[in-house]
This record gives sequence, structure tokens and C-alpha cells, in this order.
Amino acid sequence: MDCVLELEGISKQFPSHLAVDNVSFRVRRGEFFSLLGPSGCGKTTTLRLIAGFEQPTSGVILLEGTRLHSQPPYERNVSTVFQNYALFPHLTVRQNIEFGLRRRKAAGIARRAADVLALVQLAGKEDRKPAELSGGERQRVALARSLVLEPAVLLLDEPLSALDPNLRKQMRSELKALQRRTGVTFLFITHDQEEALSLSTRIALMNGGRIEQQATPEDLYLRPATRFVASFLGGMNWLHHAGIRPEAIHISRVPSLNGHRHFPATIIASTFLGNCFRIESKLSSGESIVADVAPAEGAFHPGEQVHLWWRPDDEITFPA
Amino acid sequence: MQRFRLLLIAPAALILAVLFAVPLAIVCIYSLLTRGVYGGAGTPWTLANYTRLADSLYAQILFHSLWMAALATLLCLLMGFPLALFISRAGPRKNLYLYLVILPFWTSFLVRTYAWMFLLRETGLVNTLLAALHLVREPLPLLYNDAAVILGLVYGYLPFMVLPLYATLERLDPHLLEAAADLGARPWTALVKVIFPLSAPGIRAGAILVFIPCLGAYLTPDLLGGGKSVMVGNLIQNQFTTARDWPFGAALSLVLMALVMLVLIGLLNRREDVL
Amino acid sequence: MKRPSPLTLYALATYAFLHLPLAILTLFSFNRSRFTIWTGWSLTWYRTAFRDTQLAEATANSLAIAIAATVAATALGTLCAYGLWKRRSPLIASGLYLSLVTPEIVMGIALLAFFQFVLRFLDIRPGMHTVILTHIMFSIAYVVIVVSARLRTFDPALEEAALDLGATPWTAFRTVTLPLLLPAVAAGALLAFALSFDDYVITSLVAGVDSETLPMVIYAIARRGANPVVNAISSLVICALGLMILVAERLRRA
Repeated sequence: MDCVLELEGISKQFPSHLAVDNVSFRVRRGEFFSLLGPSGCGKTTTLRLIAGFEQPTSGVILLEGTRLHSQPPYERNVSTVFQNYALFPHLTVRQNIEFGLRRRKAAGIARRAADVLALVQLAGKEDRKPAELSGGERQRVALARSLVLEPAVLLLDEPLSALDPNLRKQMRSELKALQRRTGVTFLFITHDQEEALSLSTRIALMNGGRIEQQATPEDLYLRPATRFVASFLGGMNWLHHAGIRPEAIHISRVPSLNGHRHFPATIIASTFLGNCFRIESKLSSGESIVADVAPAEGAFHPGEQVHLWWRPDDEITFPA
Repeated sequence: MQRFRLLLIAPAALILAVLFAVPLAIVCIYSLLTRGVYGGAGTPWTLANYTRLADSLYAQILFHSLWMAALATLLCLLMGFPLALFISRAGPRKNLYLYLVILPFWTSFLVRTYAWMFLLRETGLVNTLLAALHLVREPLPLLYNDAAVILGLVYGYLPFMVLPLYATLERLDPHLLEAAADLGARPWTALVKVIFPLSAPGIRAGAILVFIPCLGAYLTPDLLGGGKSVMVGNLIQNQFTTARDWPFGAALSLVLMALVMLVLIGLLNRREDVL
Repeated sequence: MKRPSPLTLYALATYAFLHLPLAILTLFSFNRSRFTIWTGWSLTWYRTAFRDTQLAEATANSLAIAIAATVAATALGTLCAYGLWKRRSPLIASGLYLSLVTPEIVMGIALLAFFQFVLRFLDIRPGMHTVILTHIMFSIAYVVIVVSARLRTFDPALEEAALDLGATPWTAFRTVTLPLLLPAVAAGALLAFALSFDDYVITSLVAGVDSETLPMVIYAIARRGANPVVNAISSLVICALGLMILVAERLRRA
């Protein structure tokens, strides 16, 4: 397998805490690889180590087979799309995009800039300053500014978090399309599981500076390796060391006796979420269970006595 | 990277060390020496220069300086607060009004002090006008007294009071006054109970910026006080020139520095890092 | 027409207090009479001022000192602020603050003592160079403060982005950081120039025979009493500095 970027046993110790703890992963050429995790899990530090803004305390980073010792950021063939884009406010769109090419004294600067402007659909806005652009346009300039350099890996640090929710969905699909069209390897940092699941070919889920699991989105969701992974992705009810997702739970008014798991319960609350009802209930043993049921299964009201059931296959268990 | 950073700071630090720290250290040494026969200074080491400050004449000048600086600060506040309030409410013309406050600050301090000499002299404009209107027979002694010095200080440092006051008032939520009115406060009550307390940081900053230069003022009492209203700055200058008592002048300088520091610490209770 | 509020009247009076003295001073610089009685327009005092070689020399000195001190203080102060940006230094910061709050007269006599002390060991006589060095020293803190204030709102990611796109630290500073700091650097320079051009107290204590400045000449004449020539010079100084600020403001807005 053609591996573009490889991290081996990377750790980063800050004076106050260990931010990255023995992290290893490989990113294949053309992949959309995501580092997913809650804030403070070390994903941004990992990205900064790859970009060269920080030096690892131990471990090796290989870019296209060459070890990155202490090369400064400007000598690394990776490029970063910053969280707030960090567009140069005193330069026009064109000047922002040409910035990296000029530093490299590249040939055909004007043509390459025009090509990338067309790619991100910003042709005609090249003489504007960043302040005169919309949020989505700014993001595209940030992408274009990095893509024009044809980096081995494009590092994206939560690039969608600065956008409003509607725009975020739209830019998500644009990002995916852009990655397919250019074939550039993306290393994407996010705390948003939905973003990671929908965009990535593979995901590394981080927690407390360590990688909990690396897998495809399906595997990560359906076959979580640890309780943390199971809880972090989607909702999860915990019952005697077994996890059960809310959408796997069914509710009926009569007991179903067909070999499924089966519990009597009392409805506590019901919230309509559009595509489903989110129903909170309490088992006779006292545990709270959240279930997402299709509107077709009917509305339930607080106080009602019902029966919860699910297939044993849908339970996720971990060795204790 | 660390070495690079040191390289950036080094030139400024060097200039500050050689031309500021070392001279101050020399003053410290002088303040402990004994005045020589011909105005020089030498051993034995002594604290006499400091104990001499208890002398009623010098103590009086020190207290007088503190009083003058405090009075000038208070007057600046009384003049500056309404002005800052006015500017903060001026809407689109804010910048112009602010500019009009800053403008005199940019014109030479010496020239501004001279302007008052020109107005207040015995043959100055004010006396000429009063005489022309037959309001006075003899020219009034307007110059060379405490009032003239206070006037000069207030005139010189008023912008320093207005700017920080404006900065705090500008940042106040305009809805605060509406909320106060809504809760039944009359404009005056709202001003005293809401705006004034909330502008405390601006008042403190303004007080520091006015009081400190006023306490160490030299030019204003020299030109507008003319020996009749002596402040500690003039006393120091006198020790180093006419009186040629450098050790005593050095001790006075350090006492003045100490007073400045005390005021600074007193007013800067909440530390806001500027650097 | 609406009656102006008491606050507006108060503000108006304060503006009059701030501006009338200088306006009157300027007006009377055009008076034909040497006394404060208006007798008609005249440029006599300006002619006298321009013919005065001592004044011309002092003005040239003041300009040379102010320009040299401004260039040096702005460069050193900007570098220092940049160096203090990401990692503060309490020692340097307190030194800078102390230099700001030290009364001019104390700074002046301290430098007087210092140069006299140095004189004993090295053959450095007071002159233009001592004045320039002194002015650099007392201006630096102002430049550092103005530039630091701008740096506090400066996004460090901009510099990282420049490095990321292949710029060396020096190129990143030159092409990204410095252009964005320029308004603050210019404001600092302006402040340094005004402080240097205006200083009398410290300069008079460290100047040599060859470095008499304009404020020293104005002071000397003012001490002697009435002189409409001072009105004329003062008016010129007011106009020159006012014009400088106006141009600076225009440049800042552009």
C-alpha cells in the first residue's frame, strides 16, 4: 500500500501535560483520513507536529518515505488549512493564493493561480480582500491557497467549525468533491463525528493523547473497539457491560416473545425530533434507557407501561 | 528561536540598561555621598541627604507638590468626565471630537505653556482686555502663582484624562442607561449610580496618567510659577545647577520616584498587563 | 432649532479652553504691534524669525535629532515588541514602564550625572550624539507599548500560515507581520517624533554647545519675557505638528 504519511510512536510533552502519547498511524495516498476526538484530545497538536509548528518529544514522522527531523514548516511539503483560515487580510485573493508559489519561486504562477481559482469557483473575485468575502468563500480561498502548492498531504484543522450550520453541510460536500477531483491526500481534524463519518475513508479516534481505534467509518460505528469509541460515536445505552444504540431499540405495548432481549419499562418523556421520537424510559430495575423509534411505531406518553426489545446481535460487548 | 528572540530584544534592552538603569544607579550612589566643598561629592557615605528632607522647608515643598498634583488631577477629572461622556455619545462625529482633544496634545508642551504666559502676563491679553474695559486699574498678578501653575497643569494633561475615560465610557453597554431608566432611575441618578462606578477603571487610568507627570512637573511651575510656586521638580533642578548639591538633589529625585511608585501601586490595584 | 443640552455646552466650553489659548497665540503672531493690542496684520515677526540664524540652526538641530531618534527608536522598539510578543519578559517590561513613569527632571539629572561620570573615563563630550541617544532611550517604551497593543490582537496563525506556505521567518515577518503592524509602527514613530521634537527638560541637561534645540531657544526667549517672535515660532510649530498629524491620519485611513 502506497503510504504518504507515517507517524510512529509520536509523543509530545508540554511543560504542563502530555498532549500526544505514543501515536502511530499511516495515511495512504489519496486518502481522506480523519483525526476525530473531543477537544483537548491532542488531535490539533498532532497536526501541528506534522506541519512543523511543534517538535515531537519522541517518535518519527515520515513524509513520502523521508524522515522529517526538525525541518521548519517552510521546508515541509505539507500545507495547512487553518481553523479560522488565517488569510492574509492585507492581500487580495490572488495575492493570498500566489503567496506560497512566490516563496517557492515556482514557474507559471499566474496560470496555476487561475487554475486553482477556477477549481474552487472563485474566478472573478481574485481582486477582493478577505474581508469582502463570505465565510464559504474565505474557506475556498484557504483551500485554494494550500492546494495550489500540490502538497503531499493537506492538513485541515477543523475547517468547517467557523461556518454556520447550513453552510457547513454544503461545504462538507464541496470538500469531499474537491478531494476526489484533485486526488490530494487529506488529513482532516474534527471533533464532529458526523463530519468524520460522512467524509472519511478512514478515521483515527483520539482520546487523552492516545489513539483509541483506527478504522473505516462503518467499522468504527458498528464494531467499536473500546467503550469510549462506542460512547463517542452516536448515542449509547449501557446495560450490564453491553451497549445498545438508541435506534436499535423497539417499543411495543404488548410483550414480544420471540427470543429477543425483552424488558418492561415506564415512559418518562417523549420528544419529537422529526425523523424519530426520542423516548426516555425507566426499566423496573431503575436504569434509564433512551430509544429512537420511527414515528410509524406510534407515539408514547409519559407514564405508559411498555415493553422494550432488541435483537441480541445489536448489543455491543467489550471484554471486561 | 530563543536566540532569535533575544536578538530582537537586545538592542532596546541595552539602551535601556546603559542610559536608564545605570544613570539611576548613579543617582542612588550620589544620594548616599557627602557634598564636597566646591560642589563635588565624595565619601563619607551618609544618610544625611534623606534626613534633611524632614527639614520643614523641603517637607513643605514635597507636600505642596502632592497637593498641586492631586488638585490638578481632580480638576482634570471634573473637566474631562463630562467631555468624555459627550464624545462617547456623539455618534458618527465621535472621531472628530476625539481628534480635537488629542490635537493640542500633539502640539508642543512648551508652546502650550508659553501660550498661558502670553495670556496671563501683566501686559498679557487678559490684563490688557480688563484694562481696556476699565474693570481694573492696576494689572492683576495672574502669572507666577499657584493658580497659574494649576491652570497650566490642567491644560497640559487634560487629554490624558479624557482618553482613558472615553475608552471606558465607549465600551459601556448603551442599554445600561435604558435599563436604569426602565427601573425608575432619573438621568442624574443613573449617572451617579451606574455610569460613574462602571467607569472606575478609566478614572484610575486617567488619574495615573495625570497625577504622575504633575507630581514631577518641572516646566510648568518653572515658567508659570516663576519661583513663587516651587514644586519638587524645580527643587531637584536647583540642587543640580545653582545650589550644586548633587547628593541632596539625588536623594530628592529618589524620594520623588518612590512617591510616583506608591501612587502607581495604589491606583493600579487590578493589574492590567499592557506589554 | 433644539436647545443644546448642558452637557453639550460644557463640552463646548472645554473645547474653548483647550483651543482658544493656541488660537489667540497664533492670531497675535500676525499683529503689527509688539504689544498685546491689535494694530493690524503684519508678517514682521515671521520675517524676524526667519532671519534669525540661531533659530534656524536650532530648528535644524531639532529636526536632525528628532529624525535620527525616531528612526532608531521605532526600529528598536518594534523589534523589542515583536520579541516580547509570544514570551513576556517581566524584567524588560518593568524597565520599560519605569522609563515611562520616571519624571523628566529625574531622568535628566540622572543622565547629566551619567554623562559626567562617563566623561571621566572616556572622551565623550555632550553633543548631538548624547542628545540623540537620550531621545532614543525615552521614546522606545512608547513605541513598544503602541506596537505591543497591536500585536495583542494579531492572530499568530497568520505568521504560521506564512511559514506553512514556504516563507522563512524573516520573509514571514517582512511580508505578513510587518505590513499588518505598519499602522501601529507609524503611530509609534509619530509619537517618538513629537516627544523628541518637543523635549526641553531632558535635552537641556544633556545638550552640549553644538546641540542647542528649538525648545531650548524658545524657552530661553520665553524666560526673558514678552516676545512676539516666540508667537511666530510657536505658531509655526503648531502648524507643522498639526499638519504632520493630519497627514498621518490620512495615511492611516488610506
